[in-house]
Parts: sequence; C-alpha cells; structure tokens
Amino acid sequence: MATSESATIDLVHSQRKKGFELFVMGVLILCSLVAVAVTVGIVLSLLFEAFRFFERIPLTDFLFGTQWSPQTALRADQVAAEGAFGAVPLITGTLLISFIAMCVATPLGLMSAIYLSEYASKRSRNLIKPALEILAGIPTVVYGFFAALTVAPLLRAGGESVGLNVSSESALAAGLVMGMMIIPLISSLSDDVINAVPQALRDASLGMGATHSETIRKVVLPSAIPGIAGSLLLAASRAIGETMIVVMAAGLAANLTANPLEAVTTITAQIVALLTGDQEFDSAKTLSAFALGLVLFVTTLVLNVIALRIVRKYQEQYD
Amino acid sequence: MSKTAIISAKDVNVFYGEKQALDKINLDIPENKVTSLIGPSGCGKSTFLRSINRMNDLVDICRVEGSITIKGQDIYAPEVDVVALRAKVGMVFQKPNPFPKSIYENVAYGPKIHGLAKSKTDMDEIVEWSLIKAGLWKEVKDRLDQPGTGLSGGQQQRLCIARTIAVKPQVVLMDEPCSALDPIATAIIEELIDELRSNFTIVIVTHSMQQAARVSQRTAFFHLGELVESGSTKTIFTSPEDERTQNYIMGRIG
Repeated sequence: MATSESATIDLVHSQRKKGFELFVMGVLILCSLVAVAVTVGIVLSLLFEAFRFFERIPLTDFLFGTQWSPQTALRADQVAAEGAFGAVPLITGTLLISFIAMCVATPLGLMSAIYLSEYASKRSRNLIKPALEILAGIPTVVYGFFAALTVAPLLRAGGESVGLNVSSESALAAGLVMGMMIIPLISSLSDDVINAVPQALRDASLGMGATHSETIRKVVLPSAIPGIAGSLLLAASRAIGETMIVVMAAGLAANLTANPLEAVTTITAQIVALLTGDQEFDSAKTLSAFALGLVLFVTTLVLNVIALRIVRKYQEQYD
Repeated sequence: MSKTAIISAKDVNVFYGEKQALDKINLDIPENKVTSLIGPSGCGKSTFLRSINRMNDLVDICRVEGSITIKGQDIYAPEVDVVALRAKVGMVFQKPNPFPKSIYENVAYGPKIHGLAKSKTDMDEIVEWSLIKAGLWKEVKDRLDQPGTGLSGGQQQRLCIARTIAVKPQVVLMDEPCSALDPIATAIIEELIDELRSNFTIVIVTHSMQQAARVSQRTAFFHLGELVESGSTKTIFTSPEDERTQNYIMGRIG
C-alpha cells in the first residue's frame, strides 16, 4: 500500500480546491438571497404604499365601507370628487366567486382523488392523472375567455329559457370555470394524502370483513382528513388570488350581492382595472390598489400558512 | 382428515403471476388448537395464511388453485362472500396497526360494520369482553376514549387482537404477531394466545421456533413453497421425519 511507503500522509488541503468550494457556496447563497430580497421588497412596498393610501382614506372606511367607486376620483378637474373606497363589495364578490369555485371543485376533486387512489386500475390511472395534469397546465387566460365567451353566454341563454335574468358577466360563470381550474390542485394533493394512509390500516379493516367502501369511508378518509383539509385551504387561497378568469368573466361592477347570477367584482379584478392605462401615482385611486393588494396578500398568506401547517402535521403522524 | 379439523387445504397451489409460491399444499388444521406455520423466509407460510381468509385477493396478480374448506365449505367457491368469510376468519398482522381512533372505537369497529350490537349497552359489553379476552381491559378501562395509537407496541398488538376477536370469528390468523415486540410484550401475547385457544382456532406464522414450541400444539414446516412435514408440535421438534425439518430446527438452514 502507498501509505506504508511514505512516512507521513498528505493531509494539507489544496488551496485551489478550497477556493472553488467557497466560490460555489457564495454563488448559491447569492441566488437564494435574491428571492428573499425580492419578497421583502414587495412586502415593504405594499406596506409603504398602502400606508400612504390610509393617510387619505381611513382604514375603517376602507375595510367596512360598502361603496366602491374609485373611478370618480379619476378626473382631476372634479374637485372634491375623491371617490368611495369601501372594499366590502370587493371582498364579498371575491368570497362569492371563490365559494362557487370550491363548491364545484371540492366534490369533483375529492371524488377523483378517491377513485384514482383506491379504485383505478394502473391503466386508467395512467390515463386520468396526465389528463388532470393537463387541466392544471392550461394558462388561466384560456380559462378566462372560456368563461367569458363560452360558459357565460351558455348560462345566460339557459337562464333565459327558464325565465331567469342572468347578467352577461356573472359570478356563476367565473366561479364555475375557476372551480374547473382548481380541481387538479385538490385531486392531486388529496391523492397524495390518501396514498400516504398506511396500507396496514386498509388491511386491518378489510381483514375484519369491512367492504371496500366501508374501509374508505370509515378508515381511509378519516385518517386523511387533515391532509385533505390542507389541500382544500390551498385551493381556496388559489381561488381567492386568481385574476385572469375574474377579470374576463366576472365584470367590474362592484355590486354588494349574494346572487350568483349577477355581475360582481373581485379584489384582483379591481386591482387590474385600477392600474391599467395612464396612472397618476399620487391619487387615492392608484394607491388603493396597494391597499387591496395588502388585503389579498394577508388573506392568502394566512390560508397558506394554516394549510401547510396542517399538511405537515399530518405527514409527521405516519412517519 | 381428522374429525376435528376445521380448516382443510387440498392440493393448494398459489401463483404470483408466473411464479409459483405454494406447491400442492395439503394440511388439516384442528379446531380450538394453535397451529404454527414455520419455515425460512420466502417459504410460503405467510402466503398460505393469507389464502385462508382470502387476503391474497387484494394482490392483483395472485391466483389460487385447489380447495380450502372451512367446516366443509369451500371458501373459494363463487358464491362465497369474502366479507362474510373475513368476519369468520379474522387476522392479526405483523406490525400493530390500530386505527387512528379511540381505543373504544378500535374495538367497536368490526361489531359496528357487521351490526352485532343492538344498543350502546350491547356495544359496551362487546368492547369490554374483547378487551378482557385480549388481556388489556385492566390497563385501558379508564381511558377508552384515548387514541389507540398512543399505547405501547405490545398494548397496541393486544388492542388489535381485541379488535379482531370482537366480531367473534371462529379462526384467528396471526402473521408473526410478535416480531415487532420486545421479549416481555411477546411473553404476554404468547400467554394470551394459549388462553384464546379455548374460544378460537388459531393459526400463527412465526420465525421463532421457540415461540412455535411454546404456543402451538400442531406445527407445519414449509420449505420453498412446499409443505415438508406437519404433525404435533412435540413430534416435529423431537423426532422430525424429514431431514430438511431437522436441519431447520437445528438451525442449519433458514
């Protein structure tokens, strides 16, 4: 052996190698810092601009006001036309559409997850999973014009034939299509958590003479409930933050209504409306976009944090 | 075939796809006795155990030939309901697998799905009876509402035994029930198995020859998918006929 021939072993590291290691580490740190810095920057700018908005419009007026008409503040010649900045119609509109979306996506997504993980043969699984993934890969703008140009007119025509007055831009159309969009999110996450339920529990239940569906209802689903709840929360947060579909299909009329057949508007759609075209960056109208952005950010952040915590806690349970 | 045999296997072949896991197994299992299945890993003893309550049905590529009868009834006959079969032939698994429910709910699970209790008092009685039989009642009677997963490994396995016997099966299959337990928990379960024999017919797969010798009255030795030899535990361990059995018992193969 070589070691027995030389009296000492060379343990001194090469300077060149060490330098390269440091360089690699430096590049990696830098890259990860970019993302952190951008996040911090965005949050700070949101906070700062929102604060400027709240200097003009009191926070309580914004959060509890039921009138939203920022457009009146657009015309500078209209002295004292500050507009109304009550966010309640936007928040309820957002919630209404998200609620419709969840009503569509929860049963469909959950049932397909159960089918995929418990019943599907390998062949049909290999067929359906990619199809759902394609659904997840469709750009939201495509969903948007599908909602505006296909679903909304269909609903309108259908409504008319039974004597209902459906507005051409309805919460229902946007909600239905948004529901389609988040089905793959729910089904793939729920599929994962259902698969994570140990086979031993299914064996135990089947071994006692429980049927397949009894086993799913009484053992598999109860064990998977926390993870499923997490996936639903993530989907809800996605629905609340979704923009393209509502911009194209839900309309811009800030109606305070619970009727899904009427046009409503959402926080995201209003932000788009506020910031497209020429802007005067000092007006309350433009600044209100940041306040809306902050509301949206806080809501989805809270939902995501809760959802991830639930999912993680659930995963630990079976590790 | 002896008159007291409750389970009787005739020319049983089991295949996993192309691979034959069991070759012409003929075995009678007597009622209210403990029969242990021993043999080296991969010899087919677990496969045989799982074909007695048709848990092998869950494996897509598994195919069973020949006949297995329980009290004279062929369990692979087309009119047999697997669900009803498994209610009569319960199973305890290698790793304790209590449901993530309360201790009470774990035991009540089977009786509930089979509609064995007419009232809450009925159910309470079944749960208490099962836990007493499984030797767990004294330890858990004050915390029946707590999760079964919070018990120690040995207690969990006794909970699984209580859950299995709660539906009053005639046969209890045990697939290496002590392999995940420490020696003390193992001793408790072995004692329990001996007591359970008065109510149930027990078939146990074990890797431990000492365990087979301690708990069983009958022993069957499997090797490479064949049933080499079966008989009273005493005969198998003291004067086996086949050389392979002798080698295994002496620790020369396996």
